Amino acid sequence: MIRRLLLSVSMLIVAAVPVWALQPPAAQSEYVPVKDLPPVDQLPAAPLLVAAYSFIWLAAMFYLWTIWRRLGRVETEMRALEQRRQRSGSK
Amino acid sequence: MKKAFVPLLLLTAAMFAYAPVIIAHADYESTMGLVQKVMYFHAPSGMVMLISAVVCGVASAMYLWRKNPSADRVAIAAAELTALFGLIVLVTGPLWARKAWGVWWVWEARLTMSFVGWLIAVGYLFVRKYGGPGSDKLGAALAVFGTANVPFIYVSVNIWRTMHPMTTVVPTLQAGMRGAFWFSALTLFMLYGLLLTARIHLERQRAALDELYLAEEN
Repeated sequence: MIRRLLLSVSMLIVAAVPVWALQPPAAQSEYVPVKDLPPVDQLPAAPLLVAAYSFIWLAAMFYLWTIWRRLGRVETEMRALEQRRQRSGSK
Repeated sequence: MKKAFVPLLLLTAAMFAYAPVIIAHADYESTMGLVQKVMYFHAPSGMVMLISAVVCGVASAMYLWRKNPSADRVAIAAAELTALFGLIVLVTGPLWARKAWGVWWVWEARLTMSFVGWLIAVGYLFVRKYGGPGSDKLGAALAVFGTANVPFIYVSVNIWRTMHPMTTVVPTLQAGMRGAFWFSALTLFMLYGLLLTARIHLERQRAALDELYLAEEN
């Protein structure tokens, strides 16, 4: 009799485990304002993403502009040198 | 190449402008959300930085071995672009890390080695500008050391315990992310090719100017 009782109780516990384990998460007992979250979770991602993309644009454009400016300076100097050579050659 | 340069530059600019649209439509990563989209430019910029360091090192080795001036021109152009794309990596990475890790910077293997790689490129440029006579060979030797650093930067995330995502992330990207990534990568590779071409042209013109001065002196 006692053995049967113990077996029934243990079977009941074993059967109850999955039911207990599959319970939905506890209901929300209070609302937490965003400002109370950890600082990293509060940080908006969009400005960081826009800043990263903008930086790449600016860096690429600035570098291209420096090449164009340096090339312009060298070519101006080359033209001036050519003209000087032509003038001294014609004298 | 001269004729194709401007159309290719316009195409690259158009791709650059269109990339955010593709990136916006790419799938969101489950844990990082929106900030993960920085990866679409950060990782290809890192790839370009490493490729450029290798180009600089190989060209420098050729210059040391064969004394070929055109190899030296390629090396100096590639070094400048290694510094540029290295700067992009070192700026966009912390913008991602601030949200993903909660800090701007961590002195872990990948970040530290990338920073050292960037310092080598900047060091090369300083040597070339202020090193005086013989700086071409000194700079070339430095660039070869810079190239030796590249494999260590790449594998650092796999052999040391780091916070940085591993190299398996890119090859295993899901279909919803893969297209955006390779479109951004192609855009940056094209930008690199165009900037390298323009910078080599500048060095060639400088060499031509030097020859003109020498001819005038003689």
